[in-house]
Amino acid sequence: MEKYLYIALFAPLVSSLFSALFTATPKKLFTGIIGSLLIFTSFVASSFLLTYILKGGEPVHVEMMTWMATGNLYIPFGFVVDQVSATMMMVVTLVSTVVHIYSIGYMDHDKGFNRFFSWLSAFVFSMMILVMSDNYAGLFIGWEGVGLCSWGLIGFWFHKESATWAANEAFIMNRIADLGMLIGLFLVYWNTGTLQYDGAFAAFHTLDTTTLTWIGIFLFIGAMGKSAQFPLHTWLADAMEGPTPVSALIHAATMVTAGVYLVIRSNELYSLIPHIGLFIASLGTFVALFAASMALVNRDMKRIIAYSTLSQLGYMFAAAGLGAYWVALFHLMAHAFFKALLFLGAGNVMHAMHDELDPFKMGGLKKVMKWTWIMMTIASLALAGIFPFAGFFSKDTILEAAFAEHHMVIYGVLLFTAGLTAFYSFRLVALIFHGEERYKLFGIHPHEAYRFMLIAMSPLLILAMIAGIFQEPFFNMVEEILSAHEYHIHSHVTVWIMLVGTQIFVGLAILYAYKKYNNHLVKVPDGTSKMENSFMYKLLINQYYIPYAYEEYLVKPYREISEIFWTKVDLKVVDATVDGIAGIIYGTGEKTRDMQSGNLSTMLKWMVAGTMGLLTLAVVFGLAARHSDEILAILSGLGV
Amino acid sequence: MFEAVAFYLFAFLTIAMFYIVVTTSQALYALTALAAGMIFISAFFFILGADFLGAIQIIVYTGAVMALYAFGMMFFDTTRGVKEKQGNKFIIVGLSTLAAVLVVAIFAAPMVSDNIVALYPVVEGVGNTQEVGIVLFTKYLIPFEVAAVMLLVAMIAGIVLAGKKMDLSLTLMSGAEIEEIKDKKNKKVLS
Amino acid sequence: MEIGLNHYLVLSTILFAIGLVGVMKRKNLLLLFFATEILLNSVNIAFAAISHYYGDLTGQMFAFFVIAIAASEVAVGLGLLIVWHKRHNSIDLDTMTSMKG
Repeated sequence: MEKYLYIALFAPLVSSLFSALFTATPKKLFTGIIGSLLIFTSFVASSFLLTYILKGGEPVHVEMMTWMATGNLYIPFGFVVDQVSATMMMVVTLVSTVVHIYSIGYMDHDKGFNRFFSWLSAFVFSMMILVMSDNYAGLFIGWEGVGLCSWGLIGFWFHKESATWAANEAFIMNRIADLGMLIGLFLVYWNTGTLQYDGAFAAFHTLDTTTLTWIGIFLFIGAMGKSAQFPLHTWLADAMEGPTPVSALIHAATMVTAGVYLVIRSNELYSLIPHIGLFIASLGTFVALFAASMALVNRDMKRIIAYSTLSQLGYMFAAAGLGAYWVALFHLMAHAFFKALLFLGAGNVMHAMHDELDPFKMGGLKKVMKWTWIMMTIASLALAGIFPFAGFFSKDTILEAAFAEHHMVIYGVLLFTAGLTAFYSFRLVALIFHGEERYKLFGIHPHEAYRFMLIAMSPLLILAMIAGIFQEPFFNMVEEILSAHEYHIHSHVTVWIMLVGTQIFVGLAILYAYKKYNNHLVKVPDGTSKMENSFMYKLLINQYYIPYAYEEYLVKPYREISEIFWTKVDLKVVDATVDGIAGIIYGTGEKTRDMQSGNLSTMLKWMVAGTMGLLTLAVVFGLAARHSDEILAILSGLGV
Repeated sequence: MFEAVAFYLFAFLTIAMFYIVVTTSQALYALTALAAGMIFISAFFFILGADFLGAIQIIVYTGAVMALYAFGMMFFDTTRGVKEKQGNKFIIVGLSTLAAVLVVAIFAAPMVSDNIVALYPVVEGVGNTQEVGIVLFTKYLIPFEVAAVMLLVAMIAGIVLAGKKMDLSLTLMSGAEIEEIKDKKNKKVLS
Repeated sequence: MEIGLNHYLVLSTILFAIGLVGVMKRKNLLLLFFATEILLNSVNIAFAAISHYYGDLTGQMFAFFVIAIAASEVAVGLGLLIVWHKRHNSIDLDTMTSMKG
């Protein structure tokens, strides 16, 4: 079993290194093919491990080598495949395989084809380290690695100013959160003496609540950055500057779920501090509503899907915060499938529409892009939570959990957000695929994507439809380690009312979206309509003016301060000191150079002077050595 | 008593001679004073019972070395006095005084120790020259030979450095060739 | 009055100091050589004196070799001096500053 672990872990690394050999050369098709094959190998190995775990096998634990063994600190490169990590591995490798194959077609005409696959495989490797590690330090390595690869992939088209800015924003925001995470890690080590999961979790039971609260808060701050919770959320929408397969892999299925994974993995910690869990759940709920509201009016196709991701992440945190860790994990899995599918479909549309992103400029594409239409519609249905697709099982369980724990506010907000989710998802679908063919006004000739790309997307389609079946076996599998329990709502009637009520509410939202956007009156908004000038619209489309606030009140002052520090402190003080020291040494050298006058007489004088100096020293030390006893007596008499 | 008189007399003379060497502006006077100083130093050697050394001092130093200096002086114009830009007197005198004091201090130190053991002791009843010979050719044989080689090398170096055109060998050439070269030289001088 | 080792050593030191004065003062290269000879001779006196007062022949041996070395040094030194003079027509130290800097 260990060999599957190593194959699953290192195949992406091999792929990345292999593609890295060709980054400076023009597009070579085999980098994409070999990359996809290697990731597929990783997927196969992960599936083997998952079936093994499903059948009740023991978690596979390996310690590859020691990283640090200094004093009391012992951190190995260790990996564990238990129920949680096996699930994550399967999700990551499956979506990665699909995205790799898809990218062969998507990045067809791109100059940086080889570089793209190198970064992509490197990302998969980092993510695998993250989910497979058995200690917090290894998790942090993977954490940083996915941050780096995300930076490289968002800023992939580095000639674009906006892309590099977005990449920097993502990385820096992640870094700010990583500070919190590092403090959390330090606290864990300080209080428990180990960073291994099993050791730390066992030790948590002996710590007092205050310490645990701080640890929980700081670790969650790290999760907030990675999973783009408020207020560190602005980077996710801007990350859409990267190529669409990147958005599908990183910002839908894997990296942004790393925060949720952290909370799920640390469930033993968060079970001990339920008030922090409540805070997490509340924040998640708030983010869910917040993001959904911004997606309602947005005119950028990928941004709408990004806000949708943000919203669903809020759902996951709400579940995790309420203690329903297995539900969060399950929703993570299902969400990965249909969100990746949505993104890839959006990629098809973008390609067809020559990188046009405004859905108002599209319309009626279902005639030309039949399969993409079907996939995106099914993915949206899954997202909205319609029975029997995957989203229904996961989302509804979250709502049930909230209801059963008697957190009515959370339940209400999540329910309302479900309606909003359905609305904006189908607003997008209706605008793009139904109605008039507005694209003809702009002279674009769309066509369907390549065959193989559609075939690559099909596993996601199938899973988005049937993943709900796996809820029962999934629950049985993770029951052991995730302190899971079924949620029993006291009366069956209530359950049925909730289920049916939710479905009706969501269905109404879908119908309303269709009614509003699937008619001939839809035009490209040009800033003159009444709705566009209303306060709510302005607020939402500017993302509550938060990016503006960050820019004005955080970035600009910081830049000013940096400028001041650079000119006043660095140049004038630090550089001056260093240059001064160098200047002194140089000057001394210049002055002593005069000693080398070339005049023998002068040199002879110097020679005699030097010899006399040495003789003086010899005499003084000789005398001191001879009369050392008397000297000591005198010194002690003086009181030294 | 005689020893004291001799010592002080020769000491005074030596110091006077060497003082002249370092202070005079005439090169010829310096040379002569140096030669005289060497002789007086050999007197010291004789007082100390180092007969062989004294004889060597006269022969080698006064005879050979000073003769070398005298020959060397022929190359330079010695009729006019040597004009020298004076360096700072205080530094010079101060440094040498300091040197003298220090050296005396250092010399005075081991005089107190009584553990000095003679390495090659003087044998009673044997003349100094004989003793020197014994020690020189047994214990100091290798330095002796090396010194000989060094002297040889110095001699060759001196010849090479000071000699004129040495690419022609007057002993190996026939008389006609020598005439030829002489004519060429004369032609150059005349034309 | 008894002449002890100290007397000879003081004499040697005085001569050494005189030699040092000469070495530092003289700008004419030939006269500089003379001062060097003074230095060597003063040391010879010291060696011979110590040899006499400790009954050890090592001092005399050393003085002997010093004399030999001084002789060869003079030979080579004068040769070089002559070559320099032929080239630059001056043996004043203040003109020999090609090793400056």
